[in-house]
Amino acid sequence: MIDEVGHFALVLALCVAALQAVVPLIGAARGDAALTAWARPAALAQFIFVATAFFALMHAYAVSDFSLVNVAANSNSVKPLLYKLTGVWSNHEGSMLLWVFILALFGAAVAVFGRNLPPSLRARVLAVQAMIGVGFLLFILFTSNPFLRLYPAAAEGAGLNPILQDRGLAFHPPMLYLGYVGFSIAFCFAIAALIEGRVDPAWARWVRPWTLAAWCALTMGIAAGSWWSYYTLGWGGWWYWDPVENASFMPWLIGTALLHSAIVVEKREALKTWTILLAILTFSLSLIGTFLVRSGVLTSVHAFASDPRRGVFILLLLSVYTGGALLLFAWRAPQLQSGGLFAPISREGGLLLNNLLLTTAAATVLLGTLYPLFLDVVAHQRVSVGPPFYTMTFVPIMVPLVVAMAVGPMLPWKRGDLAAALGRLKLAFAVAAGAALVTLAAMGVRSLGAACGLALAGWMLAATASELAERVRLFAEPLPAVLRRALRLPRAAWGMTLAHAGMAVVVAGITGSTAWSEQNIVDARPGQSFEIAGYSVAFDRVNELKGPDYTETRADMRLSRGGRELADLHPYKRFYPGEDGSATGVAIRTNLLADVYVVIGDPDGKGGYALRLYYNPLVPWIWLGAAIMALGGLVSLTDRRHRVGAPARRARAVAAARIQAAE
Amino acid sequence: MIGFATPRRGWIFLLPVGLFAALVAGFYGGLGLDTMVLPSPLIDKPAPHFTLPPLYEGRQGFSTADLSGHVSLVNTFASWCAPCRAEHPVLNALAGTKRVPIYGIDYKDKPPAAQAWIAELGDPYTKIGADDGRIGIEWGVYGVPETFIVDRQGRIRYKHVGPLTEADVNATILPLVARLDK
Repeated sequence: MIDEVGHFALVLALCVAALQAVVPLIGAARGDAALTAWARPAALAQFIFVATAFFALMHAYAVSDFSLVNVAANSNSVKPLLYKLTGVWSNHEGSMLLWVFILALFGAAVAVFGRNLPPSLRARVLAVQAMIGVGFLLFILFTSNPFLRLYPAAAEGAGLNPILQDRGLAFHPPMLYLGYVGFSIAFCFAIAALIEGRVDPAWARWVRPWTLAAWCALTMGIAAGSWWSYYTLGWGGWWYWDPVENASFMPWLIGTALLHSAIVVEKREALKTWTILLAILTFSLSLIGTFLVRSGVLTSVHAFASDPRRGVFILLLLSVYTGGALLLFAWRAPQLQSGGLFAPISREGGLLLNNLLLTTAAATVLLGTLYPLFLDVVAHQRVSVGPPFYTMTFVPIMVPLVVAMAVGPMLPWKRGDLAAALGRLKLAFAVAAGAALVTLAAMGVRSLGAACGLALAGWMLAATASELAERVRLFAEPLPAVLRRALRLPRAAWGMTLAHAGMAVVVAGITGSTAWSEQNIVDARPGQSFEIAGYSVAFDRVNELKGPDYTETRADMRLSRGGRELADLHPYKRFYPGEDGSATGVAIRTNLLADVYVVIGDPDGKGGYALRLYYNPLVPWIWLGAAIMALGGLVSLTDRRHRVGAPARRARAVAAARIQAAE
Repeated sequence: MIGFATPRRGWIFLLPVGLFAALVAGFYGGLGLDTMVLPSPLIDKPAPHFTLPPLYEGRQGFSTADLSGHVSLVNTFASWCAPCRAEHPVLNALAGTKRVPIYGIDYKDKPPAAQAWIAELGDPYTKIGADDGRIGIEWGVYGVPETFIVDRQGRIRYKHVGPLTEADVNATILPLVARLDK
């Protein structure tokens, strides 16, 4: 019964979305306030219906209702409740429902929090959002319906892939989708602006919080995914340049560019058309990612079971939304009024450089991801693009980006003085040189690359600290005054400081883990002891345990260094007979500077086990840095100019005056 | 000053949509392709003609001539490839049975990295050739690891995509080698 309610609610959501896509547009075009006002209640109703469907499916998973094909194929009755619930989005149909659920959630959020938006803009934004909703609801109902019944019902479900039975998976996909789908709001704002033919600082100020929220979620989602692959796949790596990882990384790169170019629109009314284009591209790359993952055109460990009909459908949606948006862009963008001029060396110039580098980086990743596919289509050749390609192309783009990230915030708007800016970076030069020299002295000349990487991280961190110190006039004024300044500093400024510092931490983490990782792969018997990077791992015994739906081979090990015991390690391997699959449990001991990472492999049948021991220095910094970046985004999100209606109302008055002037 | 105020040409605004149309066309072409099955057009054809320099200086390289007269296994690998690492113990075990010589193609790799990798994991290979990518393309290599079985006449008879497991070796590789050896 509840399943039918969910199914029916999904159909109702489609009907509401169809109306929401049309009526408010007509209202806004005619200036009919009654029709325009339609957008808000419709968005809320659409959300309630989609939420009903989503929770109905979740209920079916919770009670193991195997009369649904989707539940029978992706769950079983003996799993812990948490993994029954996360099973909802571990498959194609359920994850598409999560996708539209988040889409409707953002729509409802615009309806509720967008009170300070001009009614016509809000109506158009919500109408465009509903168009996206209509497409994906149709997609779910016609090709990927999670509410299809199975008759007769199955007695037991087929279960969930064991490597997906992990707490990280409760978090990673929803965060990722909050990011992907959150960028739809920026997309809708861009389309609405193109329809209205107006982009002004107020528009940029409205778009920014939505973009920021999506960006924070995507940052956390990508970091969580990387962390998950680190501790579950058991190869000691944290990024594989897998097509699906790339699919999440490209919107992040362009979304980061969008965050920065929106600042230029807000402060200086420049780069308007470019910002609109970025808003369109960010969400389009999310759609391309959805297409790549679900159509089966690329081979990937993440790919969902593919169905060509679905591929054609998503490609159609992609063509309509992105193609339509870009056509509208080609038609309307040339008419947008452009604003302020600026010198190449200026804050705007720095942000433009940031944009160019980030877009180039995204284009590189896109090329690497799609090249094998296109070569296959054009020349029927099959090639693979491995990590060497990305190391060769991506790193040379990111290095100047990080160098410039330090200088940009030091430049004033409109026209800057590079020499003066560099002069204020004396501390950063000193820290960078110090980091490089200390690295070389400690690790030897062979660590030259690592010395450069750490110098870069030190440069970035010191420059960010200098910029903050200047803002609060540290050492220039007495401490109480400095503290007062620090408290009065806009949250957006704190956000930038945190996000840039987080990036420096990520750079250090990537450098350390790439340069100094060690591994030791041995055929081990209980009782033996092994060395890795000065640590000693004593392999005491192996226990066979039994869990609710698996059997576990669990090792007891002791980690010590210089004779001092540090920790007990218990790497394990689980076999799930129900799913006929296995999962690896990595034992990680971290001191936040480095991880010791131990994996137990298959027995060799003669009493030995393949043991893999890794020493991964600075690896935790990668996720720590990403978390700091996301925190920076959240802090910036609480900036008062996003909350207080006053500047928005003032801006609206200005915008209205401008329309009158234009007319 | 960088100025965006001057009237701009309209055609540049058509560029994004043009590029996107090309992308969609490529995607559409890609939809018909089945990437899960990687048919090798080379099955039952003679192995491509090639000569690869040795991975280790001073040892012999690997070339087409090595593949005639006996059944052989050709395995592509790279030190940057995680699945290859998973596969390696299986190859070591297979080499231990001495049922079939294994030839290695080190694909798009740095020789010192590959040498360190072999030193660490063991060397199941009779000969290893270092390939900058060109010979791999002639073999139709899509991603590493891939494994080919070549018969006594030097024809490719079987291709396995992805890491070999013990089950693959017992169920497919060894029976086929035994059949071709008769």
